[in-house]
Amino acid sequence: MIRTPLRPLARILHARATGANPDEIERENIRLRGEATRDSARVQAATRLVVMALAFGLAFSTVGVRMAMLAAAEPAEPSLNGAETQILAQRADIVDRKGRVLATNLVTHALYAQPPIMVDPVTTAEKLVQIFPDLDRERLIRDFSGGRKFVWLKKKISPEQMQAVHDIGDPGLLFGPREMRLYPNGALAAHVLGGARFGQEGVSSAEIVGVAGIEKQRDQWLADPANQGAPLQLSLDLTLQSAVEEVLAGGMKLMNAKGASAILLEVETGEVLAMASLPDFDPNDRPAPLTKGDQSDSPLFNRAVQGVYELGSTFKIFAAIQAMELGLANPETMIDSASPMRYGKHRIRDFHNYGKQLSLTDVIVKSSNVGTARIVQMIGPERQKDFLETLGFLEPTGLELVEAGAGKPILPQKWSEISAMTIGYGHGLSASPMHLAAAYATIANGGKRVIPTLIHGGPKQGGQQVMSPAAARRALAMMRAVVTRGTASFGEVPGYQVAGKTGTADKAKPTGGYYDDKVIATFAAAFPVTDPKYVLVLSLDEPVETSGGEPRRTAGWTAVPVAAEVIRRVAPLLGLRPEPGPTELEGITLVRN
Amino acid sequence: MTEMAYGTVPVRAGEPVLPKWWRTIDRWALAAVLALFGIGLLLGLAASVPLAEKNGLESFYYVKRQMLFGGVALIAMLGISMLSPRDVRRLGVIGFAGAFLAILALPFIGTDFGKGAVRWLSFGFASVQPSEFLKPGFVIVAAWFMAAAHEVAGPPGRLYSFFLTVIIVLLLALQPDFGQAALVLFSWGVMYFVGGAPIILLMVIGGLTAMGGVFAYNTSEHFARRINGFLSPEIDPRTQIGYATNAIQEGGFFGVGVGEGSVKWSLPDAHTDFIIAVAAEEYGLILVLLIILLYAAVVVLSLLRLTQERDPFTRLAGTGLACAFGVQAFINMGVAVRILPAKGMTLPFVSYGGSSVIASGIALGMLLALTRTRPQGQISDLLARRGR
Repeated sequence: MIRTPLRPLARILHARATGANPDEIERENIRLRGEATRDSARVQAATRLVVMALAFGLAFSTVGVRMAMLAAAEPAEPSLNGAETQILAQRADIVDRKGRVLATNLVTHALYAQPPIMVDPVTTAEKLVQIFPDLDRERLIRDFSGGRKFVWLKKKISPEQMQAVHDIGDPGLLFGPREMRLYPNGALAAHVLGGARFGQEGVSSAEIVGVAGIEKQRDQWLADPANQGAPLQLSLDLTLQSAVEEVLAGGMKLMNAKGASAILLEVETGEVLAMASLPDFDPNDRPAPLTKGDQSDSPLFNRAVQGVYELGSTFKIFAAIQAMELGLANPETMIDSASPMRYGKHRIRDFHNYGKQLSLTDVIVKSSNVGTARIVQMIGPERQKDFLETLGFLEPTGLELVEAGAGKPILPQKWSEISAMTIGYGHGLSASPMHLAAAYATIANGGKRVIPTLIHGGPKQGGQQVMSPAAARRALAMMRAVVTRGTASFGEVPGYQVAGKTGTADKAKPTGGYYDDKVIATFAAAFPVTDPKYVLVLSLDEPVETSGGEPRRTAGWTAVPVAAEVIRRVAPLLGLRPEPGPTELEGITLVRN
Repeated sequence: MTEMAYGTVPVRAGEPVLPKWWRTIDRWALAAVLALFGIGLLLGLAASVPLAEKNGLESFYYVKRQMLFGGVALIAMLGISMLSPRDVRRLGVIGFAGAFLAILALPFIGTDFGKGAVRWLSFGFASVQPSEFLKPGFVIVAAWFMAAAHEVAGPPGRLYSFFLTVIIVLLLALQPDFGQAALVLFSWGVMYFVGGAPIILLMVIGGLTAMGGVFAYNTSEHFARRINGFLSPEIDPRTQIGYATNAIQEGGFFGVGVGEGSVKWSLPDAHTDFIIAVAAEEYGLILVLLIILLYAAVVVLSLLRLTQERDPFTRLAGTGLACAFGVQAFINMGVAVRILPAKGMTLPFVSYGGSSVIASGIALGMLLALTRTRPQGQISDLLARRGR
């Protein structure tokens, strides 16, 4: 066996010894080592190259397979939503209790301009002014020829206007699709609906936001796509609303009032069937708020909910009920009614002097301030305050309108005995007509607390019993007497047995004290008295009835006839059957056997 | 000895150049490259028309231009493929030096054509993207360094090549041109792998690359936006990817027909980065699969031929060139089918672009020269052993 030395040192030493050149051997050795590493590197590299080739083959196959999968897939419609989702309006409709539309959406267009691509700014501006006379020619020309890149011109335009703008033919005039809020009934139920405006605006769409009324109160709900396009159903009845508004407007004009409100409430559920406040407005074109003067004179002001007034004698029934409830009196108990009554430095007087004593029923029927003050004196301020609280007079009504929060009752700073006495006949505490309607509904339904609502079929109310059914029944009998032989004799509507209570409150001056010749006349009624189903509260602001020799302002002459006309109109619409009156038996003699 | 008489016709020793070239060249790869170039012109007829119309030029202006550049590229490729590996090395080193200087000069005399990255040298009639030419030169130089390390008592060439790579990657990343930087890094990695890298080191380098990617994601908004677009599960139909995907689906298996496609009108990069989408829409899956097959053929055939190569330099340089070519094609097509995040990278030979096609021609010429059949020492080895 030939032994190859590991290192050529032995050979080199040998070569040196023999005198040969050792470099030869060195070179030979390096060549051999180089060949050895080269061969091993080549084997390793060959393996790794095959790995690389496989990797590339795999990578390209992946691309190919993926391409094939994509090519085999059906091209999807370029849509962001799934195919199943239906196209929903941007904002839910609002309908009345029978599904009739109160508010809906309409497709329209907004008009804007891009001056950089405009061909002829001056002519375009002139033609635009012909179509929209409210635009200003000079300003348009300035906008179009200045450095502006984008100009909004109109937020909503009609199809005819759109066609006219098309006919101008300037490429710099462009349309943005819009969904606008439409109130097809115009001013009907304007204060309930409120109105809407555009929120954030883009070229391709604009957000609609509610600005008042139920539109603002339920803004999130209306804009929530999760409702699947379900409309918001209100408790209002369009027919009743229309009738109430029509009669109220006529009455307001006839009685020379500057404002009026009416509320028709269902006593069992607390649902508002009709609610009107005059003057009103068209929610499609909401007027601007007043910049000066009293906001409560604005058409936007909701007198039924937002306005708080001293509601006058309509409050007396609460004192009478509480006295009966506490066992302090019954309808026949005689009450001292000598007018004027002195209490410290204060004097309380009646409209007429009704004699020394009146029965409790007659205190209500004749509307005696003195008698009521005596009753309240028996009850005491604390108990009176507690009772009014259970009827809801100490806080806002909670109706589903943003304005309801503003209708916060104004209470006396100190609920003293004299305050209690004046509150007993409706002065010194201001509340909204809606408060009064809810309290009268509580009486009418047998004493179950009513919280008014505008939503149809909402959650069932708790109906806390705040007075005994017997007291409520007696109170209704007194209110019926008010109509048959008292201050509200014009309120009799044959066949519908109206019960009610008038209230004529002097208007408070903003400077303090009361006006002599400005009143708020209110009539709160429940009908039919045998089984009351509805409550109507109608109130006129500064009415004057001038048919007689002297101007008459009391509710009996102003609010009551209007309310009677409302009831005459709405009772058949509500499906009430008139009770047959005794007149049918005229000329017939009944024979007893 | 009569032949040595005066006046006889001189006979050159060795084989004539062209027959030898034809005998030794990788004819399948050459055919594949020529086919790709032809497909590129065909697609350019469709894809570059919108660009020409947009720029107010006659419809086929860019096709003619591409034919001109393509002709130059083909001549360069064929010429270079006739060189010996040693001449390839020399050419590569010279080219690398030139391109490197040009890249260094870019910040001073370069232009960005409003695309946000200074990558081009403009000469008025034409513009050159030096980084395209840098790639083949870099591969050659790096392979030279690494091969030197194979020599007994040779220089530490791998370390040198690593430093060179770092410098180049940094230069390109500063432009910023992360795509080319990644390509350079990848070519070096492949060469290092084939040149005998320890497995552990390769894993460490892989980790560092990933970290670099994260760093780039966090610092470059341009980069981050593309990655985010890739990671989001839904395709926004208004993005490039959305258009490309839609085009591929529209095309189906046999395409919508020549010139009938619509994606080229909506995609701004239809003639470069997304030309595969145009191919898929107009000619269908058939042509796309053919293109993929051609690229795979060039890369895989070259790599397999290189397994027979004994010379380290030839092997490493060939590997680097083939892999850079293959991975560029893979990234381009991978982006279009959304297996990779969006990264602008041309499809070699097929996409429009003068620099791109000429640089690709040079690179492929070098690759073909290196993969030519050569005596790999079997007989001389046997003789040497027998003589020992």
